[in-house]
Amino acid sequence: MKYLSEYRHPDAIKGLVSNIKHSASSPWTIMEICGGQTHNIVKAGIDQALSGTIDLVHGPGCPVCVTPEAKIDAAISISQLDKVIVCSYGDMLRVPGSGQSLLQAKTDGADVRIIYSPMDALEIARKNPHKEVVFFAVGFETTAPANAMPIYLADKEAIGNFSVIVSHVLVPPAMRAILSNRDCKIQGFLAAGHVCTVTGLEEYHELAQEFSIPIVVTGFEPVDILEGISRCVNMLESKTCGVHNQYARSVRENGNASARKMIAEVFAVTDMDWRGMGMIPGSGLALKGPYSRFDAEARFNTQSRPPSNVSDCHAGEVLQGLLKPSACPHFARTCHPETPLGAPMVSAEGACSAFYQYSRRSSH
Amino acid sequence: MEKPHATISTQFHCPRPAHESEKISMSHGGGGKLMHQLIQKYIQPLYKDPTAILHDSTVVNSPGSRIAMTTDSFVVNPVQFPGGDIGQLAVCGTINDLAMAGAKPRYMSLAFIIEEGLSLELFESILLSIRHAAEQSQVEIVTGDTKVVERGKGDQIFINTSGIGEVAGDLDIRPGRIAAGDAIIINGDIGRHGVAIMSSRDGTSAEVGIDSDLAPLDGPVQSLIDRQIDVHCLRDLTRGGLASALNELAEAADLGIVIDEASIPVNHRVASYCEILGLEPHYLANEGRFICILPQSAVDAALQALGPDATRIGTFDSEEKGFVRLRSQWDTQRFLPMLSGEQLPRIC
Repeated sequence: MKYLSEYRHPDAIKGLVSNIKHSASSPWTIMEICGGQTHNIVKAGIDQALSGTIDLVHGPGCPVCVTPEAKIDAAISISQLDKVIVCSYGDMLRVPGSGQSLLQAKTDGADVRIIYSPMDALEIARKNPHKEVVFFAVGFETTAPANAMPIYLADKEAIGNFSVIVSHVLVPPAMRAILSNRDCKIQGFLAAGHVCTVTGLEEYHELAQEFSIPIVVTGFEPVDILEGISRCVNMLESKTCGVHNQYARSVRENGNASARKMIAEVFAVTDMDWRGMGMIPGSGLALKGPYSRFDAEARFNTQSRPPSNVSDCHAGEVLQGLLKPSACPHFARTCHPETPLGAPMVSAEGACSAFYQYSRRSSH
Repeated sequence: MEKPHATISTQFHCPRPAHESEKISMSHGGGGKLMHQLIQKYIQPLYKDPTAILHDSTVVNSPGSRIAMTTDSFVVNPVQFPGGDIGQLAVCGTINDLAMAGAKPRYMSLAFIIEEGLSLELFESILLSIRHAAEQSQVEIVTGDTKVVERGKGDQIFINTSGIGEVAGDLDIRPGRIAAGDAIIINGDIGRHGVAIMSSRDGTSAEVGIDSDLAPLDGPVQSLIDRQIDVHCLRDLTRGGLASALNELAEAADLGIVIDEASIPVNHRVASYCEILGLEPHYLANEGRFICILPQSAVDAALQALGPDATRIGTFDSEEKGFVRLRSQWDTQRFLPMLSGEQLPRIC
């Protein structure tokens, strides 16, 4: 608990807020990448505390928000087959595909199980040799090594009744896509500390130079986030760019070598469709080589449908920092956690969900 | 009533001759000898008046001119958890609901739906818990029922209890009495029951080391009443935790609530467990905690009555009606909403 109390200490928080207010000469626009950071910013009221000093915009780092509808539809259609168990992380369950969510499929009788670790899915496969066990492998670089591990072991142990639906995305290509948008107003980034713990900083140095922008690799506690903002502001004020590592207690320059090796063993980089943002070149991971035989979509021959564009949801703009959730015309009017128009309203890391939970005014 | 012919099974089951069956079987609900034995040996000792079990209903003395009545069904997995079991839960749950109206619990009904295959040893230990809990709060079990359902049609055991309590004098404890300016007191730290259950399910209860807070609340409530403290409202924190209880009261009273976040007591083990799984203690279940709403002038007396674990956490006001606001130690404020659906563990 020491880490938690230190990094949430009221005096440290007040001191950092005051420093930032003192040093910022203009209302800089800074994007935090990770949905976990977004939630903690809104929950701790950091956006309130810095209101008028810094414009914090929220990034695409909510893994379940950017998972394409087609992947969720595939998971649901597989879950409806006989003798199939679909395993998923908890916060994927509420996110709707083009129709249902996995939670609704579960209510209708599908065997959908929440797991805490990908290894639990493999264990379920070992214990149920007469059933097909399908793991919905979702996430950014953070979960990629852990999600790769059961696939690697299933290959080693020749476990035939295990397969995965892979929907893995990579952060740096998404940052590049956001920065390349002509409407982009972002002047600095707080990069996602846990993603960088795995990957290291190489690609971030390249981005910082290419777009002449400050990037601070940042943790998740209120003091971490405020330190990240403070360092970013200092770079902006001194007109320098580059990469700073605020989250040095976890992030190393070269990342985690064994984790990177495991990702490279099982996955290959591929083009990826991001929900709400469209196709981003080289921004996803797919099973490679002999591991392709664990591809659940191929094994169960799911028909992928093109994404439906009929939704009124503005998630794409929200995920790119072009629209604040509370500025969306549907926010808390037609779009609520119980009746969401899009994924960011239901995911634990979605920006709309954070605003709805913590800072919604009594508009009802 | 506890009647020998009670069963909801529609299938024919050959009565088993075994007298010392180790498990509850369909024939325990089949109306024959085995059912009589089950009732006489195990359930009848719970009754103060053993002859009551032989009638279709029980006649009792009226406990007073004003009574409170409540009912609740109990389903919990696992049925035994650190700090208690479903039997104690079924008695305390109903006692606590009565206590929240300021009622002194007097009579209780006790109905079981048992899944075929439940071990008699486990059933006996649940009954023992029921007996202890009822005796502790001096509540009399006066009527009951037992059904056995086929394997797979239940989850070991379900219990329903109803309770009748006596409301003294002109006591008036209800959400309608809450006024702007009223203080909110909690009787202890939050989230223990939720963590005890979840850690049992995921097999980490020994490492986590948190027992349920399961306890009867008639004693603490009676101590407030005995001191003639002007309690406006009481609410026990069960499913949905502190956050749900506060939101329900803010809406019922059509007032706002401001809570000082740092004042909410949370054990560091509960906080750590929540941190690892991405849960919030404010939403975790409790079974021995309640909030007490009363005028500012009565706060000191109430804290004294409730003991050293009780603390003041917030105040009702006229701002943001129907909403609960949490105030941080660094002077920001956020809403504490009611949970939408259940808490689900996060990806990372």
